[in-house]
Parts: sequence; structure tokens; C-alpha cells
Amino acid sequence: MITAAAAVTTTQTLKLGGPLVFALAAIGPGIGIGLIFAAYINGVARQPEANGILRPLAFLGFALTEVLALIGLVFAFL
Amino acid sequence: MTPTVLTVAHAASVTASGPGFVAPGPKDFVYPPLFDTAGLQWLNKPILMFIISMVLVFVFYYLGARKRALVPGRFQFAVESVYDFVRNGIAKDVIGPEYARFVPFLATLFGAVLINNIFGIFPLVQFPTFARVGFPFVLAFFSWVTFLYVGIKRAGFVGYFKGVAFPPGIPFVVYFILAPVEILQVLFIRPFTLGLRLAANMFAGHLLLVLFTLGGAYMLTNDDSLLLTLLSPISFLAAILLTSFEALIEVLQAYIFVLLTALYIAEALQEEH
Repeated sequence: MITAAAAVTTTQTLKLGGPLVFALAAIGPGIGIGLIFAAYINGVARQPEANGILRPLAFLGFALTEVLALIGLVFAFL
Repeated sequence: MTPTVLTVAHAASVTASGPGFVAPGPKDFVYPPLFDTAGLQWLNKPILMFIISMVLVFVFYYLGARKRALVPGRFQFAVESVYDFVRNGIAKDVIGPEYARFVPFLATLFGAVLINNIFGIFPLVQFPTFARVGFPFVLAFFSWVTFLYVGIKRAGFVGYFKGVAFPPGIPFVVYFILAPVEILQVLFIRPFTLGLRLAANMFAGHLLLVLFTLGGAYMLTNDDSLLLTLLSPISFLAAILLTSFEALIEVLQAYIFVLLTALYIAEALQEEH
């Protein structure tokens, strides 16, 4: 006879909370950085003289977007 | 050099056979004091490296500017290149006509962030001091105080915050959402993200490097599986590639920190209308 207690399967707790937080936090910045550099590549492809103007803007946008993923990384360790 | 807590703990895990690999985590960023004397408990490796970096920045700029030869020698040329990069590439383009006041501050910031970041991949040190969150937040505090001071001196206390919260040329209804967001951003979010960006980047980079290096050492010296030992060069190769990637990220983060500080100063300078 199977008692109710015996029917409960024991599972080992896998510490997923931290990495899961970071994985969810990295979706948005991943797409965002892809968009930023797609725009940069398009701009330089259409007009190569714009490289000097667009490159600082691309790196600035990259840093601003990446910080969101890194804040998620910090919270994954807290 | 005396073995730190980090190397002792990981040496134990490296020489142990079986699944004894201790993955690196935030506790690996804590360093014990260097000397056992009573008054020097605050002096640990990151603080010593930060003091050395301050001396290096000062000596770099001072020695480069001392001779002022019209035809520069090699060292003066190097110092002038770095200074011109900050002055022309960042300050003059971003801040506009009044850039000259801020170039010493921005050049010192750039030198400090760059040297401290390079410590992360430098052979004997190999710890980016800005991975400890206290250091970047102090620099971000200085940037924050600078742009608040510039803005308040330009437009007065009330005038500055009114200009921040209610920028001209926006339909009235939007102000209800925009004003709290802008005030929050100027007072809290900008300094916080400025420091956290640098700290989190250095933290993540150092963590990756430590993971691949120690993992490779564990795989190389484990007694259980020959396959792991044969696969360990992959981990070391990943560590080498990540070191060069980390060098790029470190220089980029120094540039971004100074660029964002200049942008905030430029925006504070424009608040006069």
C-alpha cells in the first residue's frame, strides 16, 4: 500500500534561482545590442564617411544597454 | 608572495581528486589584510593596487608634461596622445565651447580607470580593483557632484531642477510622467548606474577568467578521468581568449565612463534656458 508520504517523490533542489535571474535579464539587452550594432553597420555601409560619428554612438549605446544585463548578473549573486 | 585565502582554497580543490571543484564566486573577491600589524588592517591587495595606480597616474602625467619640448620625445608623445584623446575625442566634441575646464578631471578619471582596469590582466596582479564596488562608486560620486555643481552654478538650485524636470518643447501632459523620471535619474540613477556599470563589468570579467583558469587547472590535475585531462587545454585556451577580450572591455569601460561623465556635464551646462 502506498502511503501519501511515500508517494511524494523527493527532488534534489538545484540552485537555479540565481542563473535563472540572469538568463531572463539577458534577453532584452541581447536583442538591444543586436539592434544597436545592426543600425551601426547599416549606417556605415550606406555612408562610410559616417564611421567617425557613428562609432562613439554605437559604443555608448552598447554600454548603456549592457549595464542592464550586468545589473541582472549582480542580482544573480546576491 | 604569501598565499592568499583564494589560492589556498583553490589549491586544495585543485589537488583533490574527484568532484572537488569549487566554482569561484563573490567570496573570491574578498582579500585578507596584507600585514598582521594592528593599525594596518585596512590594507589589503586591492587597496594597495589602487594606491599604486594613483601614484602611477600622477607620475605619468607629471613626467609627460614636465619638459614641454616643442618636438616631443617618445614618452611625452605617449602622454600627449592619451591627453589629446580625452581632450579632443571626448571633451571638445561632447561638452562644446567650455570644455577646457573639465579636461584635467576627465583625463585623471580616464587614467585612473584605465590603469586600474589593466591590473585585471596584468601578470602579477590579475585583479581589477574596480571589481570591488566601493571604488567605482567613489569615482561615480565625484562625477555626480561635478555635474550637479556645474548645473546648479549655471542656473541656480531651483532653476536647475526645474530645467531638468520640465525640459522645453514637450506637450504638457507628458510632464506628469517625465518630471519624476528625470529627477530620479539625475539624483539617483545616473551615479548609481555609472558606478555599477564599471563594477559589474569588472566583476563579470574577472569571474570568467578565474573560472576558466581554475577549471582548466582542475581538469588538468584531476586523478579520475583522463578525458578531462586531455580536454583541459580547451579551458586554458578559453582563458587566453577571454584575457584579450577582457582587455578590450577594460579599455572600453574606461572610455564609456569618461564619455558619460562628459555627457552629463554637457547636459548640465545647457540648462541655462
